[in-house]
Amino acid sequence: MRTIGKVAGYEIRDVVRSRWLIGYTLVLLLLTDALFRFGGGGEKALLSLINVVLFVIPLVALVFSTVYLYHAREFIELLLAQPIKRRQVYLGLYLGLGVPLSASFVAAVAIPFIIHRGVSTSQPGTFAALLGAGVALTLVFTALALLIAACTEDRIKGLGIAVALWLLMSVLYDGLVLLFVALMSDHPIERPLLALMLANPMDLARVALLLQFDVSALLGYTGAVLAKFFGRATGVTATLLALIAWVVIPLFTGLRAFQKKDF
Amino acid sequence: MIEVRNVSKTFGKLKVLNDLSLSVASRRVTGLIGPNAAGKTTLAKIILGLATADRGTVEVGGVSVLASEQYRQRIGYMPQLARFPENLCARELFAMLSDLRQAKDLDQELLERFDFKSELNKPVRTLSGGTRQKLNAMIAFLFRPELLILDEPTAGLDPVSSGVLKDKILREKSFGKTFLLTSHIMSELEELADDVAFINEGRVAFAGPLAELKRVTRQTNLERAIAEMMKRGAAA
Repeated sequence: MRTIGKVAGYEIRDVVRSRWLIGYTLVLLLLTDALFRFGGGGEKALLSLINVVLFVIPLVALVFSTVYLYHAREFIELLLAQPIKRRQVYLGLYLGLGVPLSASFVAAVAIPFIIHRGVSTSQPGTFAALLGAGVALTLVFTALALLIAACTEDRIKGLGIAVALWLLMSVLYDGLVLLFVALMSDHPIERPLLALMLANPMDLARVALLLQFDVSALLGYTGAVLAKFFGRATGVTATLLALIAWVVIPLFTGLRAFQKKDF
Repeated sequence: MIEVRNVSKTFGKLKVLNDLSLSVASRRVTGLIGPNAAGKTTLAKIILGLATADRGTVEVGGVSVLASEQYRQRIGYMPQLARFPENLCARELFAMLSDLRQAKDLDQELLERFDFKSELNKPVRTLSGGTRQKLNAMIAFLFRPELLILDEPTAGLDPVSSGVLKDKILREKSFGKTFLLTSHIMSELEELADDVAFINEGRVAFAGPLAELKRVTRQTNLERAIAEMMKRGAAA
């Protein structure tokens, strides 16, 4: 555990000095600030932010982490030549990416809200849920990036897979779900729909967030089904558990690949 | 120091090592020679545990490399290509690695001889290729390992630095360190190596003292001796 912390600690020092991460934080910060200034009250700014959270965070976490890992390949080799276990290197790499990415998201969203006293006007619970969903998505997609980098030797291919995965989950998935609903409109499809929602972390995060608001119209098909099926409190718990599974499963599948990998 | 027995390794369809056996003697410098893609780097990586052999066993100091990661405490590794986290400086890299290895007594000799002090606090991304290679060499020696595995150690170094590194290798050998090094520069191996292992098509074509290789091939220098070995290999 201490070794994992050491690997992560030095990697964090490297990552926080990266121009890309600083740029990401600044853009997100300015965007949040602008939404708050021009987007009306706190509630509306929060709703607009949700869209940003759902699209931008997974993309940045996936692409930044994948590029970083391929770039660090020779350094990972050097680490593996030290008397430490592969598991320690892998988990250190994960934390070294996940922690700074999450921290810059939290800072970029929280600072403007605190400055504009947005928290007091909207519900603090909703704000906390937004931060939680952003961190959860960062951790999920960083884990997926590690899985991709552990399984794919070629960096162009790895980056391609990362972008394709993002496109699939953010854009194509809704379309596919709608197609499925249209085709199966004669059947009771609530349970399969629930399964479909659990199979996409972005869908999960959206539903978890929108359940906080009174805006069922924005829930989308899967979200409406979930709200009806679980009710609000259980719905949030179920999505949370599913998001945790989305961190743990890719992370440990990736770890197994990493332990067998030839460098 | 290193016992490699009947090791085979295949990448996809490519058979890189084919039932290779090699023994590296303690307190000597063993040079690995062979054409490009003969499997030298793969062999070094298998010894370091960076890659796993499909068949065969590898022992370092009498302990299987698969048993635990602790044997790597005794090894210093200098990879062919030096790349480090871009935004860290050399001082932080040293701190990180000594922290990971829990090492206190560091060998700073190369730091002085390479005149590296002025580069210690610069981010790695601003260092030139040759300077990174010096950093790479310093890291291999830093923890006073008993065994050093150096992959093309002088590639990219200027003649002065290359000389500094070769002197360091010879001095450490006189203190009882064991070296396994690969190189394409025959004159360099002739200067440094006590033993040579000539690897071709994933097998050891010759292993033994340098003088023995010259005697067998009836040549006076290593380059010609190796050329002769390759011709014989092609004829056989």
